[in-house]
Amino acid sequence: MISRRFRRRDGATGWALSAPATLAVIGFLVVPIGAVIAGTFMDPRGIFAPYLSYFNSGFRTTVLFRTLQIAALTTIISLIFGFMTAYVVARAPGRLKSLLIVAAVFPLLTGVVVRAFAWLIILGRNGILNQTLLALGVTSEPLEMLYTQGAVIVGMVYLFVPLMVLSLVGVLENIPRDVLQASSSLGASPLATFWQVLLPLAVPGLIVGAVLVFTGSFTAYATPQLLGGERQTVLATLLHQRAMVAFDWVGASTIAAIMTVITITIVLAMSHIARRINPMAT
Amino acid sequence: MSDRPHPILVGVAALVYLFLMVPLVIVVGAALSDTTYLTFPPKGLSLRWFENIFEISAFRRTIVTSLQIAFLGTLIALLIGIPAAYALNRFRVELPNWLGTLFVLPILVPEIVFGFALLKSLTAGAGVPIFAALLIGHTLLVLPYVVRVISASLASFDFSIEEAAISLGSAPVKTFFTIVLPNVRAGVIAAFILAFITSLNDVSVSLFLTGPGISTLPIQILAHVEQFFDPTVASVSVLLMFLTVAVMAVVERTLGLTFLAK
Repeated sequence: MISRRFRRRDGATGWALSAPATLAVIGFLVVPIGAVIAGTFMDPRGIFAPYLSYFNSGFRTTVLFRTLQIAALTTIISLIFGFMTAYVVARAPGRLKSLLIVAAVFPLLTGVVVRAFAWLIILGRNGILNQTLLALGVTSEPLEMLYTQGAVIVGMVYLFVPLMVLSLVGVLENIPRDVLQASSSLGASPLATFWQVLLPLAVPGLIVGAVLVFTGSFTAYATPQLLGGERQTVLATLLHQRAMVAFDWVGASTIAAIMTVITITIVLAMSHIARRINPMAT
Repeated sequence: MSDRPHPILVGVAALVYLFLMVPLVIVVGAALSDTTYLTFPPKGLSLRWFENIFEISAFRRTIVTSLQIAFLGTLIALLIGIPAAYALNRFRVELPNWLGTLFVLPILVPEIVFGFALLKSLTAGAGVPIFAALLIGHTLLVLPYVVRVISASLASFDFSIEEAAISLGSAPVKTFFTIVLPNVRAGVIAAFILAFITSLNDVSVSLFLTGPGISTLPIQILAHVEQFFDPTVASVSVLLMFLTVAVMAVVERTLGLTFLAK
């Protein structure tokens, strides 16, 4: 009896303590975003009219597929290089390992604008890369590297590789070395150990890393804006352009809704898969 | 599998680190150049582009706004986030699971969508002043980091210590400040730093919440880059990098560097 009374009061205390943060998130995030999405279904032209006009526009569907493509390529490249780098970092001796971790954290703490700007200096028409290529005689006139899909992907990989490395180092460190040693002492080749032991154990971590990178690059603004410009319009830059330049609020809200639904679907689906593959993963 | 990674892997890792470091070195070099255009290696060394930052009033103003927003937003996020993180851990059984998910929402939904939603409902919709809307946006943006980092510290805190203090007659509120909080000090410092840096670097939320005379530093940098191609932005970038180094030094002093990797 006494314990139940205490527990009920405890529950109330818990609610009271979390109330300010809860109300802030609901009032300033859930409701505003919900209103944006709900608004797209209240169009006088019909309930799905904004979506029909979105998908009927060749330009806008191209932007959607371009964004998905850039995000997918960024994720794959970051996974491959991030995994290899994380493997080396996880096996590095103590001091070197902390140094390598710090070297990955530093770019992560440097803002996205600064990091995109760096590539602007490198890839520009009179940029360092072009100057070098011209000096070496590789090319006779400067190459147009900026405002291409390649430039956006390089900038995005630059943005997200450190994130991938850091999240995979933790995963790889948690795989007991005994397991790998057992595999090789039982006669498995290094390649077999990698494919049959190490990789399956790392898959949940790879999925988490991939989700972070995919959603991050799918919704990034500064990098595609600076390195891709209008020629490589992506959903985020299109959203900004519709809202702030064209004042097309319905169009902007539709893009916002599409971005939100795709992002949340991917996060939920992938975390479900990660949990099914490994019940230990959180 | 032997303990030493294959030389090819080591080579790839070295190239990845080179790829991470070279652009930042180039920015530093470009900032020191004595030319009116961006170039690397720098032609002649000069600090005049650093002076130029403070001669452009838009930079002066936005640096102040960014610092104000980052500081106040982080402070508010700590004020509402610490009790929430405490409640999530202390009343784990009594509170529903979705509450924890709710506090992660600000990093789950696309930032740019969040910024647009705030523009629609606050500044354009309800006439909320831009500074207030920026503050609300940044507070929510950093709240997940605060709740997460402090929850992680509280997860290893033994709540029976708190119960012992209370049953010995200490008031619950006093117990929180004298027993619980000092034990998660490291988490609070880490949360503050992470939140401050995140707010300072934010583009996507601030993008829609700027107006005549009020903007944040990253948005001002974007605007400047699109108009001028001089080393001013490189110098601002170097200033921001210095700030990052300073923050990492503080973390190293107080928590040890490996803390950042967690």
